Amino acid sequence: MLIDDRVMNWQEKISFRLRTLYSEYGYERYRMSKFEEYDLYSRNKDFLFSEGVITFTDTTGRLMALKPDVTLSIVKNRKDTPGALQKLYYHENVYRVSVAADGFREQTQVGLECMGEVDGACIAEVLKLAAESLKLCSSRFVLEISHLGILNVFVDAIAPDESVKHEILQCAGQKNLHGISRVCRDHGLAEGAENALKELLSLYGTPRTVMPKIRALAAEYGAEKMAACLGQSVAVFTGTELENRILIDFSATGDLQYYNGIAFKGFIDGIPGSVLSGGQYDALMKKMGRKDRAIGFAVFLDMLERLTEEEGSRA
Amino acid sequence: MLNIALPKGRLGEKVYAMFARAGFECPALMENSRKLIFDNEAAGVRYFWVKPSDVAIYVERGAADIGVAGKDILLEYQPDVYELLDMNVGKCRMAVAAPAGFRDDMNRTLRVATKFSRIARDYYTSVGRDIDIIHLNGSIEIAPILGLSDVIVDIVETGTTLRENNLSVIEEIVPISARLIANKSGFKFRTEQIERLTEGLRKEVQEA
Repeated sequence: MLIDDRVMNWQEKISFRLRTLYSEYGYERYRMSKFEEYDLYSRNKDFLFSEGVITFTDTTGRLMALKPDVTLSIVKNRKDTPGALQKLYYHENVYRVSVAADGFREQTQVGLECMGEVDGACIAEVLKLAAESLKLCSSRFVLEISHLGILNVFVDAIAPDESVKHEILQCAGQKNLHGISRVCRDHGLAEGAENALKELLSLYGTPRTVMPKIRALAAEYGAEKMAACLGQSVAVFTGTELENRILIDFSATGDLQYYNGIAFKGFIDGIPGSVLSGGQYDALMKKMGRKDRAIGFAVFLDMLERLTEEEGSRA
Repeated sequence: MLNIALPKGRLGEKVYAMFARAGFECPALMENSRKLIFDNEAAGVRYFWVKPSDVAIYVERGAADIGVAGKDILLEYQPDVYELLDMNVGKCRMAVAAPAGFRDDMNRTLRVATKFSRIARDYYTSVGRDIDIIHLNGSIEIAPILGLSDVIVDIVETGTTLRENNLSVIEEIVPISARLIANKSGFKFRTEQIERLTEGLRKEVQEA
């Protein structure tokens, strides 16, 4: 029996398109339980998008949680695959505190994870799939890409301790350059100490326009290898129709306890927040006792609710 | 068209004058009318007046691409927006004020009356002081007089209201001024216009 797609709403159609795309690239569907032991989340609170988890005691007396996150479950439940690459995709509901709803909300995510021998080619493929995912949702999208390793080097060069570093990173995520200067002055750092970081954060644009400047700036701080890695990763878009949709932006930050290397976010014109978020999370893997490297992203289907079908059809 | 949310009132008018000098004028805005939305298609801008504490919501939710909000509002509500420029106007400070002769008794929980619960909580957490927050929506100064609180956390501009109520600043928490903010998504799609406006305003700030 053929399924008449008129019975599907827009989000369902997007979900099918994304899952088809990921299957075509060799990703396997990963299914998981709705519940996890609460302990997993209490040990990795900062990794979660929001504080607060719905918990209950199961029939054996264990404290369980309705999962607020997919990546943590996948990392916990799969084994290392030395020398191999595991490519997975999922379509799952998560339960998070929503400020807008003033309470918990069920949110639907479609995403993928790549674990194991993650190399430059794998990172490039994931970035390409992130851009293709956005393109399936709308023709008016951008994918902003950052490198947390490079950002970390520039922040470490000036921050005397973790709390100052946290304040500086917070300002970086807001493109708040005057705030960075204020934090530096408040903590007695020399006038101008933050100039290189501010210059890095001001480098905003397509890879073609900003990569040469990033390479030059990174070289001054011994971060040329990381800049080369960023350059190789975004080179996958060179000469393609997606090239002008890619922006390098170091304000795309993430928690350095979990994330490292490439980080990215996707935006669609008319939708106020990011509809896609992802990056490398080798640090989380290490924290959870894994030797594998990892990269992945999620598309937040709920954010696409306001996107009209006509807009999407033009994609 | 760039959508710009401005705070209603004296600060908004001052800020609009800076936008106009930066090349983004909309003369109809200053006409005496009850209208709240004003377009200038030639300059590619649409302004709207909103309650100052709502500017950040309009910007975060994408109804406005950019707006001008006080740092107090940004610290209290922590909207997920870009903060592009300190406009150096509407300057004041967030401070702790207490009645004359106040002495903090460390054996008791400090009662703090404020409109800015998050700012007060964050500040006292940073200094390790246990507090009881009394959230009020206005006339904060009378709380210590009536014995409702020991101190207040509020915005202080000239200090006149405090003095008239026999209060004085005992601790400054953070300086406050108006900030240019932008929606994270809107910034990506109207970058050139927003950057041009930001640069124009930056010159205004430097020349002031």
